[in-house]
Amino acid sequence: MITEMNSTEEHNNGWQASVKRILTELKDKPGALLPVLHAIQTEIGYVPGESVTLIAESLSLSRAEVHGVISFYTFFRSTRGGSHTLQICRSESCQAMGSRELESHAKQSLQIGFDQTTSAGDITLEAVYCLGNCACSPAMRIDHQVYGRVTAEKFDQLVSALRTNVIEVK
Amino acid sequence: MSQAATTIYVPRDTTTISLGADQVADMIQTSAANEQQRLNVVRNGSRGLYWLEPMLEIDTDRGRVAYGPVMPDDVDDFLATECWREQAGHPLYLGLTEDLPFLKNQQRLTFSKVGLIDPLSVDEYCHLGGFEGLRCALKLSPQETVSQVTDSGLRGRGGAAFPTGKKWQTVLDTRAEQKYIVCNADEGDAGTYADRMMMESDPFALIEGMTIAALAVGASIGYIYLREEYRLSEEVLNAAIRLASEHHFLGDNILDSDKSFSIEVRLGAGAYICGEETALLESLEGKRGMVRAKPPLPAIQGLWQQPTVINNVITLATIPTILAKGPDFYRNFGIGGSRGTMPFQLSGNIKQAGLVELAFGPPLATLLNEFGGGTANGREMKAVQVGGPLGAYLPSTLWHTQLDYEAFATVQAGIGHGGIIVFDDSVDMSEQARFAMEFCAIESCGKCTPCRIGSVRGVEVIDQLGQRDVEFEPDDPERLAQKVLLEDLCETMTLGSLCGLGGMTAFPVLSALKHFSEDFD
Repeated sequence: MITEMNSTEEHNNGWQASVKRILTELKDKPGALLPVLHAIQTEIGYVPGESVTLIAESLSLSRAEVHGVISFYTFFRSTRGGSHTLQICRSESCQAMGSRELESHAKQSLQIGFDQTTSAGDITLEAVYCLGNCACSPAMRIDHQVYGRVTAEKFDQLVSALRTNVIEVK
Repeated sequence: MSQAATTIYVPRDTTTISLGADQVADMIQTSAANEQQRLNVVRNGSRGLYWLEPMLEIDTDRGRVAYGPVMPDDVDDFLATECWREQAGHPLYLGLTEDLPFLKNQQRLTFSKVGLIDPLSVDEYCHLGGFEGLRCALKLSPQETVSQVTDSGLRGRGGAAFPTGKKWQTVLDTRAEQKYIVCNADEGDAGTYADRMMMESDPFALIEGMTIAALAVGASIGYIYLREEYRLSEEVLNAAIRLASEHHFLGDNILDSDKSFSIEVRLGAGAYICGEETALLESLEGKRGMVRAKPPLPAIQGLWQQPTVINNVITLATIPTILAKGPDFYRNFGIGGSRGTMPFQLSGNIKQAGLVELAFGPPLATLLNEFGGGTANGREMKAVQVGGPLGAYLPSTLWHTQLDYEAFATVQAGIGHGGIIVFDDSVDMSEQARFAMEFCAIESCGKCTPCRIGSVRGVEVIDQLGQRDVEFEPDDPERLAQKVLLEDLCETMTLGSLCGLGGMTAFPVLSALKHFSEDFD
């Protein structure tokens, strides 16, 4: 087992060190799995499939149990997403204020569907069921930032600002 | 220039920030620094008048006066006209905040401090009576505290409306080494945001309520299970827990007593089902959020099989008021078996969206018209969904229904968590019924067949009904058979599902079919 881990270590980009550190910090918490997965995704951006074995061993769970939890919760992803995650609320309050149209506009403008990433790799589009922003529907979220009363124009502005920033960062 | 600094309140909650409140606050602070204006910006919570947000307030001799909505584009003018000196002629001037009819006509008990104070100021919270309930509880025996909650008539505000005192009594009466207090902050119902407002705008009320619950039943550990989508709530709660501990309202030897209680915030991960209490407990234990069969009740075997009080945010945040002012004070609000107040939340296509805390009993129409002011776009109101995605769609003929648990039950509807979503006459109710089934299919935990399979079949049946390219006679036997099938399917889901997700999906579906049958033809 140790040999296997060492050989994997050479082939990854350092996420293994992060996962190990996170496990050391959090493994003794009662019901540690969700906090562990959150910490890993916050740091690495996703939960690498290869980390399941490490997590399972550390928390005395089976790999099936860990995989089962990752796949149950929509928030956890097993592959890297776009640089930004853009979520559009599909719930009733937003529907009453035109979220169905906003959803079509977003898909058309980004040329992707839900749970897909743009070809440039900058945006992953997701559906979300309520952001608690119902008093200012329709709502969407870019990473952790929520936006209210989103029109097609506002959507375009926000996406454009996002893309400008991405270039600036480079 | 020796005048005192003027305080400008700029709300900081998710919705006001979604409209640009952070930018507004930054602009005012920058200007005050550059121009050496004596302005003191305080980030309060939101008053919940969201069509006026970002609503800025300033302190005057008469009380606070408000301006709104002050969007980032309005700030230059706001500052140039020196609005902090109360400019009654300003187009965004609203007058005294307390006199705004939307606020004045409410009965704010649970939300009495929300929007008034800096949510992270222990002093301001205490100044408005905060932690009085906790001090009272420390003088009472556990049984006396539980009895006060029972006598208040408080029922769970998360949606199930189970008597809170009864739940606490069961936990108190169950012997165990370790008991837990769990706050259900997985506010996933569309059209609801009362929990979020409470956590972001008055987090100490929730902490105080949980601490009183802990003293009452003998628990030493508490968890707030918070939905992942509420990141600002997470930040505010963690800061508030730290502050409350530093001031000895939480932690070891609370207020010099021998009682100890700690709270940890745990994040969910985008699963609606985890708002169901047993699925939530599974999730807290680090598992898939699969619903448990009841019994055993969580009050007897809850988190890690130990006796657990699991209550919604608003239920717990109401506890301090009951302890501080007595059960009779709270009980005197409301009617019949619906005692106290309920924070109703207006959303969707409504002109004046926001939070309205009222004693149970007013007709739904009062909320829609007097508080809400009709639709946002001026079109005719067609349907109102009360109680979240599992709530019934009500037509205008039922808007006279009194907002209390019993009256809503008689029209095959529920109040749920108090969400009220308004739709105008452009809505296609067969599409809404279809979405209810689709949502159930997406969010089903998969444990029981009626919910897991029934919801998928439900979408298919509604699709069959909705085939608009085929001309049907009104009494076409095939269509009538589909409607019978849908009703039958709903009955199976209602009677055969383990929890409310499958069990209540029939409310939106059947109400749409019954009250808006023309949309299915």
